[in-house]
Amino acid sequence: MKYFSWRAALIGLVLIVSVIYVIPTFKPGLWPYKKINLGLDLQGGMHLVLEVQTEKAVESTLERIRNELRDLFRKEQVRHQGIEHSGKTGLLIQLADSENFQKDVEKIDDLLETNFGSDEIVSDSIDSATKTVKLVLKDKWVQDIQKQTVEQALETIRNRIDQFGVNEPDIRLQGERRIQVQLPGIKDTARAKELIGKTALLEFKMLDEEHDLGAALNGEVPPGSVVLYSADEAKDGQTGKKQPYLVKQKTEMTGASLSDARVQIDSQFNEPYVAIDFDRKGARDFERVTGENIKKRMAIVLDNKVYSAPVIQEKIPGGSARITGSFNAQEARDLAIVLRAGSLPAPVEIIEERTVGPSLGRDSIHKGLLSLIVSSLLVLVFIAIYYKVSGLVADLALVLNILMIAAGLAMFGGTLSMPGIAGIILTIGMAVDNNILIYERIREEMRLGKTPLACIDAGFDRASITIFDANLTTLIAALVLFQFGTGPIKGFAVTLSLGVTASMFTALIMSRAVIDYLYATNRMKTLSV
Amino acid sequence: MEIIKSGTRIDFVGLRYFAFGFSCLLILAGIFSLIIKGPKFGIDFAGGTLIQIKAAQSVTIDAIKKGFEKVNLEGTAVQQIGSASDNEYLIRAKTPADTGKDFSEALQADLAAATGAKVDVQRVEMVGPQVGKDLRSKALYALFYSLVFIAIYISGRFEQKWGTSGILAALITGSVYMVSLFNVSIPFLILLALVVTLLMFWQLRLKYAMGAIVSLIHDVTITIGALSLFNYEFTLSIVAALLTLIGFSLNDTIVVFDRIRENIKKYPRLPMNEIINRSVNETLSRTILTNLTAWTTVVCLFFLGGEITRDFAFSMVVGVFIGTYSTIYMASPILLMFKDEGGGGQVAPAAAR
Repeated sequence: MKYFSWRAALIGLVLIVSVIYVIPTFKPGLWPYKKINLGLDLQGGMHLVLEVQTEKAVESTLERIRNELRDLFRKEQVRHQGIEHSGKTGLLIQLADSENFQKDVEKIDDLLETNFGSDEIVSDSIDSATKTVKLVLKDKWVQDIQKQTVEQALETIRNRIDQFGVNEPDIRLQGERRIQVQLPGIKDTARAKELIGKTALLEFKMLDEEHDLGAALNGEVPPGSVVLYSADEAKDGQTGKKQPYLVKQKTEMTGASLSDARVQIDSQFNEPYVAIDFDRKGARDFERVTGENIKKRMAIVLDNKVYSAPVIQEKIPGGSARITGSFNAQEARDLAIVLRAGSLPAPVEIIEERTVGPSLGRDSIHKGLLSLIVSSLLVLVFIAIYYKVSGLVADLALVLNILMIAAGLAMFGGTLSMPGIAGIILTIGMAVDNNILIYERIREEMRLGKTPLACIDAGFDRASITIFDANLTTLIAALVLFQFGTGPIKGFAVTLSLGVTASMFTALIMSRAVIDYLYATNRMKTLSV
Repeated sequence: MEIIKSGTRIDFVGLRYFAFGFSCLLILAGIFSLIIKGPKFGIDFAGGTLIQIKAAQSVTIDAIKKGFEKVNLEGTAVQQIGSASDNEYLIRAKTPADTGKDFSEALQADLAAATGAKVDVQRVEMVGPQVGKDLRSKALYALFYSLVFIAIYISGRFEQKWGTSGILAALITGSVYMVSLFNVSIPFLILLALVVTLLMFWQLRLKYAMGAIVSLIHDVTITIGALSLFNYEFTLSIVAALLTLIGFSLNDTIVVFDRIRENIKKYPRLPMNEIINRSVNETLSRTILTNLTAWTTVVCLFFLGGEITRDFAFSMVVGVFIGTYSTIYMASPILLMFKDEGGGGQVAPAAAR
């Protein structure tokens, strides 16, 4: 019959599309559609939110400028008694010469202009009484630094995780300075956190051999030097103590010019070490630095821990070095990964963590499915008893509804979380409302003594406006939730919206078509509602 | 089969003062509990640490507490969950743990040493104070915006006054924005938005909108009170439940209001209270059936769904139940508060169109 054929065609189409999208979840690889993703709470895994400490990046930029200014002042003969940090974005220069104060100030401005550009750092206040000049970083530039820092950190973390090998990791920016990392199915969470959070700043610094280490340890650290400790405990008998080194503050080279890092095994001690290669520029620098410091000791420092401090025997050309330490094979492998992926431009701090073990995830799936099955059965049986034949039609609608939610999840690449399962369960209870509205209306029309077909017509027509309205309010709430919710709650909003939308289709189009078919074709003479 | 026989005539409107009293009692009980116990925020909002462990054999809570001494968390509370044979425990602490590096492994070893049983750390959730604060304001804004959207929708939909509802929305958003410049807290903003909304509805005689929003506030307040009475912490999933309840509560109200407008057209002579009674009775079967099925599913979830969805399910169990009651007793009788227009069916010609 022409009357309902367009509905039948539409239902057929929806059914086929739904099945096409749902099947890969149960039989992966049958055709190239995606499976429904399980949320971290169901398959186990780790969710981290990291905060990039961008102010540290600003601080180190300021420190770099301070060092460069010192060198420039020496060259240009600006006499000063020190350059100190002032606040988070400023430097305070204490000039020495009171007669030449004005000239010095002008010279500083010139130096700033030529060496840094006026959009980076400018002199902010000049005090001739105390002979001080205050420099500040421009706000815009500070923001640029912070933005770049976060972007670079995101890139670095992404590289590290790629090399670590996790299935379908999700790494994204959250807000201005936060990075959200989701690692589904990961078991060794400690190792992953170590790998993500390690700053991995590799520095080559000269040891300060002119001054006494003992005095430095007693608090008399010579200017321009600093005490750093070894990464592992000293091997020379003093167990439990880390070996101190007196190291010059100046960094000769960093790991930024690395081209490769890989694990190798020392043939003599059978211990793994990390071999590093420099790029062209790095190799030249390394050759120069080693050439200038023959017979001196150079410390290889990673995140402010000294890994080794060998004596430079001769100029080293070719650009390769090795980092030794008492690594086990895995530690060496992870170190190679972080060195290859590059250092983080600023430290990161874990400010949110949600880790679910795989056993709890499985447990949740079982409980979720059990609730889903029991509640569906209760509702299906109840509706079938209550509305008889029409009740079975409503049941059919409900089953199609669940199928459509599943297909929708697969289609839009949604993630099924435990709250998402709760959303489906709730949808079952609420979707049946549409059919109830229609059937109650039909019953009322029947009491007025109308013919079955007229009752069906009036029932569907009158109920449909109410159904649209009623579902729209749930949809509003679900959309707001989606907009503001995080993680699993979003999953709930998704399944709820899918369920509400699907339920309108199953009630108004599908149920209508089936009921029309049953009665309009005279298969059933009396209404069974 | 019928639960409610057709032709049922219960005088709901006549019972309205009794119902108002009963509702006040429930609301007051909840508010008292909130005041005495103080609102309890879960780690999502307050920040802190939540750890779920499973022991291989039965252990004591004291032993678990001892195992936690080393990690140095403030305000640690241990609670057994699931059935006794599961040996599963939830540990909550007020401070966010430093979960870097070997946290879980070290904790597992400490717990095994203290309890003498193999302990598996199944879930670790740590929320820093800043994140907690952010989530709190996010959740409150979600509540706020859904309130605004719904206010617009109801006033537009029921009174056919989309223009008015647009102005209303602008007024609410505007006044809230003005006040937010003075750096007041978000709960206060929400309260303000509510008061402005109610006043506007009253002033503009938007009685359907008034009825809907009052029953909505009624449902949410009682649910929040029940959560406090039964010692549930406020978490993200409870916010999700509350928003869902807002949608659900409206859904019911809309069905009854639609019927009222239909009946006003049908019986123009009938006084308003008769119309309301008739409409509520006519839709009673649907109201009860729908809420019964929805209630069945959330009760299943509450008992079978496990710990993770329990707070969500509890809010829904309470909320759906109260929602049914408010649909029948609260939303419609509110229409009678607009006395000057309440004399008969001649009312609301605009609405009838």
